[in-house]
Amino acid sequence: MLRFIVRRLLQAVLVMFIVSALLFAWLRSLPGGPVDSLLGERATPASRAALSKQLGMDQPLLVQYWHFLDNMVHGRFGTSTQVQTGADALHIFFQRLPATVELSIVAIVIALATAIPLGYFAAKRHGGLLDTGSVVLSLIGVAVPVFFLAFVLKYVFAIKLGWLPPSGRQSADLDATRVTNFYVLDGLLTREYDASWDAIKHLILPAIALASIPFAVIFRITRASVLEVLHEDYVRTAESKGLTARIIRGRHVLHNAMLPVVTTIGLQVGGLLTGAVLTETVFAYPGLGDALAQAFSQRDYSVLQVLITMAALGYVLVNLLVDIAYAIIDPRIRTR
Amino acid sequence: MNPMQRKKDRIDALAATAGAAADIPDAGRVSDSGGLSLIGSAWLRLRRDPVFLIGATVTLLFILLAIFAPLLAPHNGHTAYLIKEVSADNPVPGGEKGFPLGADGQTGRDLLSRLILGSRQTLIVGVLATLAGLCGGLVLGTVAGSLGGWADTVVMRVVDVMLSLPSLVLALAVATLFGKPSQWTLIIAIAIVQVPIFARLLRGSMLTQRSSDHVLAARALGVKRSAITFRHMLPNSLGPVLVQATLVLATAIIEAAALSFLGLGNPDDSSPEWGQMLGQAQQYFDIAPRLAFWPAGCIVVVAFGFTLMGESLREALDPRNRR
Repeated sequence: MLRFIVRRLLQAVLVMFIVSALLFAWLRSLPGGPVDSLLGERATPASRAALSKQLGMDQPLLVQYWHFLDNMVHGRFGTSTQVQTGADALHIFFQRLPATVELSIVAIVIALATAIPLGYFAAKRHGGLLDTGSVVLSLIGVAVPVFFLAFVLKYVFAIKLGWLPPSGRQSADLDATRVTNFYVLDGLLTREYDASWDAIKHLILPAIALASIPFAVIFRITRASVLEVLHEDYVRTAESKGLTARIIRGRHVLHNAMLPVVTTIGLQVGGLLTGAVLTETVFAYPGLGDALAQAFSQRDYSVLQVLITMAALGYVLVNLLVDIAYAIIDPRIRTR
Repeated sequence: MNPMQRKKDRIDALAATAGAAADIPDAGRVSDSGGLSLIGSAWLRLRRDPVFLIGATVTLLFILLAIFAPLLAPHNGHTAYLIKEVSADNPVPGGEKGFPLGADGQTGRDLLSRLILGSRQTLIVGVLATLAGLCGGLVLGTVAGSLGGWADTVVMRVVDVMLSLPSLVLALAVATLFGKPSQWTLIIAIAIVQVPIFARLLRGSMLTQRSSDHVLAARALGVKRSAITFRHMLPNSLGPVLVQATLVLATAIIEAAALSFLGLGNPDDSSPEWGQMLGQAQQYFDIAPRLAFWPAGCIVVVAFGFTLMGESLREALDPRNRR
């Protein structure tokens, strides 16, 4: 087991190392390069040369890469030029992380709470109306662009009906106390329950839009996996023993069918960030996705550097944990 | 035994035949019993599968629309026919005689014609991006799957890195590499995102074949490695890859829309594309949501058609899915 964990850790480090090399190459080959993007239009040859020297761009590439790695490992990503001018890029990341984590958790919970029961009952009545209907629904879910779904939700429920707020994380006139920057949690901790409720109302629409991606995937995996398990001998044995439907469902079918679902949730992390870029932009929700979209359109390279590194790191770490969890559940994996 | 059960059993028997056929070389042409090849039995099922028929019809209509778009469009896509109607209190002119869907925004061009003409550009972007991604994935997957060893390790680590970035972030990063966004930067950005998916799929199916009987037999006969790869392993691995390509076509069209939405699409809108139209419609969303609904509806229908076709192909070619 220890050998498996060490091997997977080394692989993760290797992947992050290649990511850093690619990121370095990417930053160097951008049109204009870092000097122009920092100086903007006011650049004179003298100021460009000075900044080049200051950034160490006159040194050999390998030396530059070494400095780049050194800075990255120590969390020095530079200051933001556009998204939040003057702020430390890493600080922006940590400031916005809770917003996206909050949104992603709600989205994943919505997806799991709807996709797993639906997948189970669709498989249970394979070929029935519910099965066909939910399969069609999940396929349409794949076909609808996320940002369009977000626009429609916003238009119908926020603008036309006015049930929910159209943008932001919390109403501006609400002077809520900040503890962790997880707004819902903050409200509960400080007993400002109206602040929590307000934050939840802001979360509902973006979370539903964001949930559409993992929903379709989790639903399909659950359905396929339950279909497979339902025909196993041990389920038939359990049925013939006269066990109640509840015990068969919980202990025999769902327990075994959940393994592939767990792996898929790990793989959905990247998909969630993709979705977050689009939904947060539509709902002007101040999270990482919104920062990423802004940083790309305004060419804020220090912010991009942080966000891309952290996205890769997050994905690698989550999948490392999923692999380890999986190896604990299913010992056959370790030897592979 | 009721008739429904009997039908299911017959399908299972068919599926078993197809499964056996997959293990022998040239599975596409030869079969071991009953005169049914894998593709033959798959076709037999697809012909009666309503899901496939709907998907294939939508796809076919879309392709026909794209081919004959200039003949079908009532007007051209770039003349500002309705520009006189544009005013402060009527920023987006609605439908009128000859222009049932009205203008496409403050430029006063005919929305219906642009939608019809847009099918062609949408198809081009989707097909080219998928093809480019497929080619990249084929090269990487073949290298990794047939050579194995360190080549496999290197390729798969690169693929891991590409997968570790969210697809949209990767596409955005590629798109920013080019100074000016254009149709081509869009296609390249979408294609690169698809490369690791194809590469993994192909490598997986090649690896399982490396130790299968027909490859061992070929090796024992002294067939050269390149010949084994290209004549024995690659053709047998293509099925799932082509199915995946159908599904990727749908994602490519949606991804193009997302990139346009984030401002990295093709800024030149003289030849319209649905994703681009949807991206541009966001600025009018509060006053004229129909500008977004029409291209979005087209994208959804076409992506749905490709997905239905891909899914039913996958199910038909993979006998394990039949119960």
